[in-house]
Amino acid sequence: MFDNFVVPNLLPAAPEIFLAVMALAILMIDLLVKDSRRTVTFVLTQLALIGCAVIQFATSTGEVTYTFSNMFVDDLMSDLLKLFLYATLVIVMFYSRGYVIDRESMNKGEYYVLALFATLGMMVMISANHFLTIYIGLELLSLSLYAMVAMNRDSVKSTEAAMKYFVLGALASGLLLYGMSMIYGATGTLEITGIAERLYGGGVNKSVMVFGLVFLVAGLAFKLGVVPFHMWIPDVYHGAPTSVTLLIGSAPKLAAFAIVMRLLVNGLITMAADWQNMLIILAVLSMAIGNLAAIAQTNLKRMLAYSAISHMGFMLLGIVTGVVSGDARYALNAYSSAMFYVIAYVLMSAGTFGMILLMARSGFEAEEIDDFKGLNKRSPWFAGIMLMLMFSMAGVPFFIGFFAKFSVLQAVVAAGYIWLAIVAVLFSLIGTFYYLRVVKVMYFDAPADDTPLAAPLDMRILISANGLAVAFLGIFPQVIMSLCAYALLRSL
Amino acid sequence: MSTYPLLSLAIWIPIFAGLVVLTTGGDRNAPLARILALAGAVAAFLVTVPLWTGFDTSNGGMQFVELGAWIPRFNINYHLGVDGISMLFVILNAFVTIIVVAAGWEVIQTKVAQYNAAFLIMSGLMNGIFTSLDGILFYVFFEASLIPLYLIIGVWGGPKRVYAAFKFFLYTLFGSLLFLIALMYLFIQSGGSFSILEWHKLPIALGAQVWLFLAFLIAFAVKVPMWPVHTWLPDAHVEAPTGGSIVLAAIALKLGAYGFLRFSLPILPDASHELSGLVIALSLIAVVYIGFVALVQEDMKKLVAYSSIAHMGFVTLGFFMFSPMGVEGALVQMVSHGFVSGAMFFCIGVMYDRVHSRQIADYGGVVNKMPKFAALFMLFTMANAGLPATSGFVGEFMVILGAVKFNFWVAFAAASSMVIGAAYSLWMYKRVIFGDVANHHVEELSDINLREFAILGILAIATLWMGLYPFNNR
Repeated sequence: MFDNFVVPNLLPAAPEIFLAVMALAILMIDLLVKDSRRTVTFVLTQLALIGCAVIQFATSTGEVTYTFSNMFVDDLMSDLLKLFLYATLVIVMFYSRGYVIDRESMNKGEYYVLALFATLGMMVMISANHFLTIYIGLELLSLSLYAMVAMNRDSVKSTEAAMKYFVLGALASGLLLYGMSMIYGATGTLEITGIAERLYGGGVNKSVMVFGLVFLVAGLAFKLGVVPFHMWIPDVYHGAPTSVTLLIGSAPKLAAFAIVMRLLVNGLITMAADWQNMLIILAVLSMAIGNLAAIAQTNLKRMLAYSAISHMGFMLLGIVTGVVSGDARYALNAYSSAMFYVIAYVLMSAGTFGMILLMARSGFEAEEIDDFKGLNKRSPWFAGIMLMLMFSMAGVPFFIGFFAKFSVLQAVVAAGYIWLAIVAVLFSLIGTFYYLRVVKVMYFDAPADDTPLAAPLDMRILISANGLAVAFLGIFPQVIMSLCAYALLRSL
Repeated sequence: MSTYPLLSLAIWIPIFAGLVVLTTGGDRNAPLARILALAGAVAAFLVTVPLWTGFDTSNGGMQFVELGAWIPRFNINYHLGVDGISMLFVILNAFVTIIVVAAGWEVIQTKVAQYNAAFLIMSGLMNGIFTSLDGILFYVFFEASLIPLYLIIGVWGGPKRVYAAFKFFLYTLFGSLLFLIALMYLFIQSGGSFSILEWHKLPIALGAQVWLFLAFLIAFAVKVPMWPVHTWLPDAHVEAPTGGSIVLAAIALKLGAYGFLRFSLPILPDASHELSGLVIALSLIAVVYIGFVALVQEDMKKLVAYSSIAHMGFVTLGFFMFSPMGVEGALVQMVSHGFVSGAMFFCIGVMYDRVHSRQIADYGGVVNKMPKFAALFMLFTMANAGLPATSGFVGEFMVILGAVKFNFWVAFAAASSMVIGAAYSLWMYKRVIFGDVANHHVEELSDINLREFAILGILAIATLWMGLYPFNNR
């Protein structure tokens, strides 16, 4: 019966396997932890993530390696994205620790374990080469996040957000699956590289493919949170406990970028002309609605939610300009720009939500924009950090956000879409207004309360490093830019 | 020629001095912050002196060039260099920074360290703008310099400071974003180079030139500012603290004109000729119409702000008549306006510090209480009106001479500003300084102290020197 069973090459998936084992082990160990601060759980979580990074480094060959019957792929793009993913998660866990300890209902071992499972889901998404692998990764991520959003059980707002997230998320998964089944029907395979080959070979029913593509793009748009599939973003960002918002608002963007690359670029590049037009509409609408709606917000988390929508729209601009009338000359430039944009955005987003966590304390959420009033009086240092983050988000130099926007815009201009570049800068001009307003509140207004900041030292150091990294990488963006370009060159 | 990277020092010394000043922290250490800031400003000025002494006037190219790879992924270089024009502005900027630090010495009592740091950092960024020979490096400095000025207006400004700060930031950002796209287009057209000097040699089709020119025009016209995108300037000037107004008038307004000179004219010569009529028309509107607007202002700062717009109209007018006389006159006008408007704003600041009003109606008979001040203020008012023997005359006269050759009616309109300028400057002076002592505020005025006298004295010497001995720029 087991005659033709071949043990698959486990090495490309070693970090995933390690993390799965560690997550289960931490779940057990946590039962024995008596300490109310859960130091052991926390340290083990961090060690698991660092361990993953080490294994990733050690097992990376730089080649494109398939395993599990071509369901799973390990290439430089996935290595790089996963390394940034681990780094993001380490930061996220550090930022959220104090917040979690202060809140009884969230201070459970499950918080850490769910975060690790979410990470595992994202890793699987990043390395997927098969529709089912993508779906498994996506569901693992989503289910963990649903639970985390609802962790603050007593909060009506959180429960509502979790419910909304779950229902809409399930709908999106349905759309994605429907699209996948269409494409399966047209090509007869679920394997992404296989689909690319079938399409290249010709003879595939185009109308079924386009039909499937529409659903696929809708599902992806939902996960990315771009207009018109963005409705869940503001409510979930707002309703979720801030530490979970931090997680939702940062790392999953990396995974979402990866599945967009896998599905649309690796799998359906021959249909680029079709999906690029869809993405252009999504991108322009996202930048418009994201930036305009953010102006009206008084809640910082909601504002950042709309800002996330607009940023994802901007990132899509990099993806839509890869293929120009059948010519893929600009593909590498365009996709690596989008990748750099995502990485830069995750860094900024982590820092910004980190600042909200820093300002929060037991029984107080610093989530209104007015809670930042007069921060320059209370703590000039952290006002400066927030200033850098806000200007970076707005895309003002010398911060990484500028070069993120720059690299995407140059790809757009290089591809000849000058009108798109003009639309993009006009909306980012509108966007600048609400980032400036945060700076205004911190610097021009008098403080509303003078309570000193309560955050622990490790968090202060880390968030300072985060803010300074935004500035430092804004002055020296070359390393990450060329890493992205190199990784994609070796993976596509 | 010096082997030191003088231009890098001119950029980074003030920025690092600004960061050091920030570390002095709260207002307990205010005296230390002031001294450090002054030391930083003086040090930054001293490194620009060799630019003047070591400048090779027989060489028309870029000097003190520094070139290093910055972002090889997009072929962006850290490429610095100055020619006769930018060298002047670097020195002017470093000089004005000292004035600004000194001008805020006693006046600024809150967040002293941040105040001085903002000015020092801005000074470094401005030097970066004037010395960049790489398009993106230029842009990065150009846009980054908005941040300190936004904070300066917003934190230390007047009652409507928030409105003014937002208007300033968004207006100028709007212009520069289209400029960014134009830079990228040039990058693609030139086959992957952001070097401004290479763009100078780049042949571009006229159709594309026109679009690029319009993109540049929006960016620089907002900065200059030209009519009709000038409305941010009076607001920014009125609300900014004295130091902010001085920097805005003396340096920030020059960025737009400098941009025309560095980008529009050499990169897009055909479009510049094609569309020169548009720019000249806008300049004349600024000169004449904004001159009349200045006449009716009741707020002294607003009056000087409008007069700045009118004076900058001369600069853009001079550039786009394509005669050597006009361009040279425009350059002289730029430097002169830097001194004169800076001094005017400082004079208004001196009165504002004592009376806390900028309304002309709140003054009268100041000469009775502040004779020394009145004498110096007189000089600058005259220079603002373009009186011969002051620097204000030289530039305007040269531009008008250039205009006469170009077209009589253009010259006629430009020359009418001599009358309008005299009208609004002298009328304001008469109402504020002469007459009987108007009220008890004026009655309590004390004359300028040594610090104020020194600042105004230096500016007066500069104004007279440029008026009596107008140097050749090259």
